[in-house]
Amino acid sequence: MAINFDNALGIHPLALKLREQRTDILAGNLANADTPNYKAQDLDFQTVLKGLDRSSAPIKPALTQANHQLPAVAPFGPELKYRIPSQPSLDGNTVETEREHLRFAENAVQYQASLQFLGSKFIGLKTAIKGE
Amino acid sequence: MSSFKVFDIAGSAMGAQSLRLNLVASNLANADAVTSSINQTYRARQPVFATELQSALDQRGAAAGVEVRGVVESQVPPRMEYAPEHPLSNADGYIFRPNVNTIEEMTNMLSASRSYQDNVEVANTAKQLLLQTLKLGE
Repeated sequence: MAINFDNALGIHPLALKLREQRTDILAGNLANADTPNYKAQDLDFQTVLKGLDRSSAPIKPALTQANHQLPAVAPFGPELKYRIPSQPSLDGNTVETEREHLRFAENAVQYQASLQFLGSKFIGLKTAIKGE
Repeated sequence: MSSFKVFDIAGSAMGAQSLRLNLVASNLANADAVTSSINQTYRARQPVFATELQSALDQRGAAAGVEVRGVVESQVPPRMEYAPEHPLSNADGYIFRPNVNTIEEMTNMLSASRSYQDNVEVANTAKQLLLQTLKLGE
């Protein structure tokens, strides 16, 4: 019986990828903490998980003219959302540095958790292959 | 590998913040540079930050870094002061002081250094996460 790695590893590779994407997004928020009119974004995990079952297809714009074109990559998926600031600032920037920091730290821990789960899966597989 | 994008993002922000720090240093250094002509007077300089549009457009509009659009000079008129005994005073006895607001510059400096620290921390954390990823399965 062959080992199917996709099944053996479960949801963890995908979770790791999402955490990594979220690291980028949160880093972008922190990088733009002083950029006027920048709107902080974040991944909505509920939406991402719902999108996993493939039943909810992303909404596509209708092409009503012959010269209309679809972007090669959708500008942003439904899972990427703008944050609602608790204290909006005058320059239109919605980054709240301390909160972004907390989320970044939280995300780093979750990334490590996913990494550890994935690592244990591999160790388990190794043990199974060796049969010791 | 997209994992290294976080370094680009944090790096762009660190570059932008260090330019801001440089401008603060320049403004503070020239805060007392007196001249005899209004046209030669130093004017406070500030950077203009913007989100990197290109990286915002690719990759699902996700994370984007910062770019410095340019440096603008403050439009506040230089301070004119009557000091006929000053060696640099003009024919009417006036000298011109730069429009640098030192208090504003000091707060600017604090804000820039905090933001710089934030981005260093982001880059450090990302580095640790990537190093751990390399050790996956050991």
